[in-house]
Amino acid sequence: MAKPAYETHEHDVIVIGAGGAGLRAAIEAAAQGVSVGLICKSLLGKAHTVMAEGGIAAALGNVWPEDNWQVHFRDTMRGGKMVNNWRMAQLHAQEAPDRVLELERWGALFDRTKDGLILQRDFGGHRYARLAHVGDRTGLELIRTLQYHAIHQGIDVYMECKIERLLKDGDRVAGAFGYWRNTGQFVLFKAKAVVLATGGIGKAWKITSNSWEYTGDGQSAALWAGADLIDMEFVQFHPTGMVWPPSVRGILVTEGVRGDGGTLKNNKGERFMFNYIPEFFKGETADNEKEADAWYDDKKNRRTPDLLPRDEVARAINSEVKAGRGSPHGGVLLDICTRRPADYIRKRLPSMYHQFKELAGVDITKEPMEVGPTCHYLMGGVRVDADTTQATVQGLFAAGEVAAGLHGSNRLGGNSLSDLVVFGRRAGLHAALYAKNLGGALSVNAAEIESVAQGMLEPFSRGGGENPYAIQADLQETMHALVGIIRTESEMREALRKIETLKDRAGKVHVDGGRIYNPGWHTALDLTSLLMVAECTTRAALERTESRGGHTRDDHPYTDDTWGTVNVVLRLRNGVVQVSREPLPEMPAELKALFQERK
Amino acid sequence: MPTFTMKVFRGGPTGGDFRDYRVEAEDGMVVLDLIHRIQATQAPDLACRWNCKAGKCGSCSAEIDGKPRLMCMTRMDIFEPGATVTVTPIRTFPIIRDLVCDVSYNYVKAKQVPPLRLKPPDADGKYRMMQEDVERAQEFHKCIECFLCQDVCHVIRDHEELKTSFSGPRFFIKAAGLDMHPLDTVDRTQFLRDQAGIGLCNITKCCTEVCPEHIHITDNGIIPMKERMADGFDPIVWLLRKFRGGRKEPA
Repeated sequence: MAKPAYETHEHDVIVIGAGGAGLRAAIEAAAQGVSVGLICKSLLGKAHTVMAEGGIAAALGNVWPEDNWQVHFRDTMRGGKMVNNWRMAQLHAQEAPDRVLELERWGALFDRTKDGLILQRDFGGHRYARLAHVGDRTGLELIRTLQYHAIHQGIDVYMECKIERLLKDGDRVAGAFGYWRNTGQFVLFKAKAVVLATGGIGKAWKITSNSWEYTGDGQSAALWAGADLIDMEFVQFHPTGMVWPPSVRGILVTEGVRGDGGTLKNNKGERFMFNYIPEFFKGETADNEKEADAWYDDKKNRRTPDLLPRDEVARAINSEVKAGRGSPHGGVLLDICTRRPADYIRKRLPSMYHQFKELAGVDITKEPMEVGPTCHYLMGGVRVDADTTQATVQGLFAAGEVAAGLHGSNRLGGNSLSDLVVFGRRAGLHAALYAKNLGGALSVNAAEIESVAQGMLEPFSRGGGENPYAIQADLQETMHALVGIIRTESEMREALRKIETLKDRAGKVHVDGGRIYNPGWHTALDLTSLLMVAECTTRAALERTESRGGHTRDDHPYTDDTWGTVNVVLRLRNGVVQVSREPLPEMPAELKALFQERK
Repeated sequence: MPTFTMKVFRGGPTGGDFRDYRVEAEDGMVVLDLIHRIQATQAPDLACRWNCKAGKCGSCSAEIDGKPRLMCMTRMDIFEPGATVTVTPIRTFPIIRDLVCDVSYNYVKAKQVPPLRLKPPDADGKYRMMQEDVERAQEFHKCIECFLCQDVCHVIRDHEELKTSFSGPRFFIKAAGLDMHPLDTVDRTQFLRDQAGIGLCNITKCCTEVCPEHIHITDNGIIPMKERMADGFDPIVWLLRKFRGGRKEPA
């Protein structure tokens, strides 16, 4: 066979992924004066960040002057059930306000307080109203602001380009290899430093708020390049996704609905969250409706249990539905129409109003919404150094959802957008500094590239008759049924067996048609990484024999303190995923003191 | 469950034809669901763009029975059960394959819009803006860049020769959003006249009609910008502004 042809581009830094983290990283790297390439799997401005709705968390103190980074830090750690990387949580809480103000300087128009400052809204697990927002389309504002800032910074943008593999020169990263989706031709990027900003893995589950892009590309590429992954067992099921009609099942309903006064009810009309307040949050959560409702206006009251962290609310909804108290289509009811005036709802939640009206025929100012858990976010991912975001492979950096540590076992709403800009900036900065200090020429292994390219073309020529879409659907069913919100050892062992079978089938995928914009081929290529991350999550979930945050074991239903000091670490050695437990970095005394001060 | 005949354009830059696919639709399904069904069961290589499937990313623009729409927001129950539904790519832009077009024109135009330049902040280092004032610009920030307005704009659609000197409605409202930013200091008049070609727009409002975000592109964006341009050429208005101050600097 002829050698596969490919074009070559060379940069000091390449950033893979162009959502909030990737854009912010590219902007920062360019500001350091290095040459930057930004690679998007879709068109620029279409990444998953546009889907973020409720807001960006930052202790600006515009609404509650009592708020500060220490409170935000504490909320983040407690939300993550204390297995977060403390240093990441600290940097995040300290730097988020600056990053929000920077977005404002770059043109983001957040909703305002009466004094003309950035308005902040209540969200789950945040002690004070902390989320800067634009109605319920904050992610769109964030990505557009970064996108239109980035295009004037001399960054080379490569759209609809999918990276398949990272390349190394000895121990360090030297570039990446992939293909153009619209031509099917191969492309090599040589780079001194690579920033991964590829997002999550939600496409491995059936009911998900994630788009087709979320196939674990970055986590897999890092693993194949020798980097460690941690916390892969922690998968967040957002409590409120749409449940009806079936075609929209899983589409996100912002937590802002509850932040703005909405409440969850079962089919008996009961506000059931009062029955699910865990011991850990009892001191700060209202145990009666009167206090819960008063909390919205006066923070001297304890907060409503409707705004417990997402893991708690998702499990509660799951239990209500199982107990037969669900809504007609197997969710629960989210009611804002009896609690807030129609004008207020349309103004604060325009996109939810539009989404339910157009897709479900439901007027949320008049009727409750039907909602249920949907796979939403991966807390785990690439293990990084807190300050520099460097992975355990030299020259490889990671930021945003693909990186792990900040959120521990459960992410608070609003902490994702702030994560993107805080650690996106750090990734871009440190990747650029690393690239500047790296002397000498880079070399990549031509034979390795050739073999990757040949492998990518195989589905066209081989005889097997497997359909890539069918394998993806079977994987989604498997993960949903066996590695979902509630997990147990026997089911996860079965999942591993099924994943092995699916891998065999993926090796027999055949695709028809040519290389030009062929979604069947793209789906086939994405299967490799999707199966890899599905296996990683399952193995890590088997290892952690306790329940914590986004990892609930039916056979180990309690949180176990001995598990509160370790990460589950995954690495690939000789093609086999190895699982180990390694100690979490220990929090310094002055930060520990923040948890003793009050309830 | 009703079964529809989906008549889908299959082809590339040099031509193509329509193929019929019989597809069953379940409750609440949208055109994009049926396209995905065709991919999964009948034509795995059928090319289309999509991301969010919730009307937020603006990727799945197409012409459905000739009307420019988002496939993810077009419910099948608007058609008669069993009807034939025609899906073609947005026709103003060159076809790459099937339902996917080359929309790079828009990214070239995006870069030409003079970016924001803010006034200095207040003495305490903070920026203050009133909600009433940000709302005007916020309307334009709702744009999801689906480029349906660009697709129906007859200047772009019918006048290849004007492509270098015309930006289209998407970028008129981009400029309007920047201009109406309460703290912006840039004058985009020259850009709008010379590079964006706003004078070529004869306000037929086709763009406003197809906007899935219901942005009042013409009334709130293009017309005020055109009026401001007219003001700009009026020596008396110019003189008055000079005395009163507040005239923006050229980009």
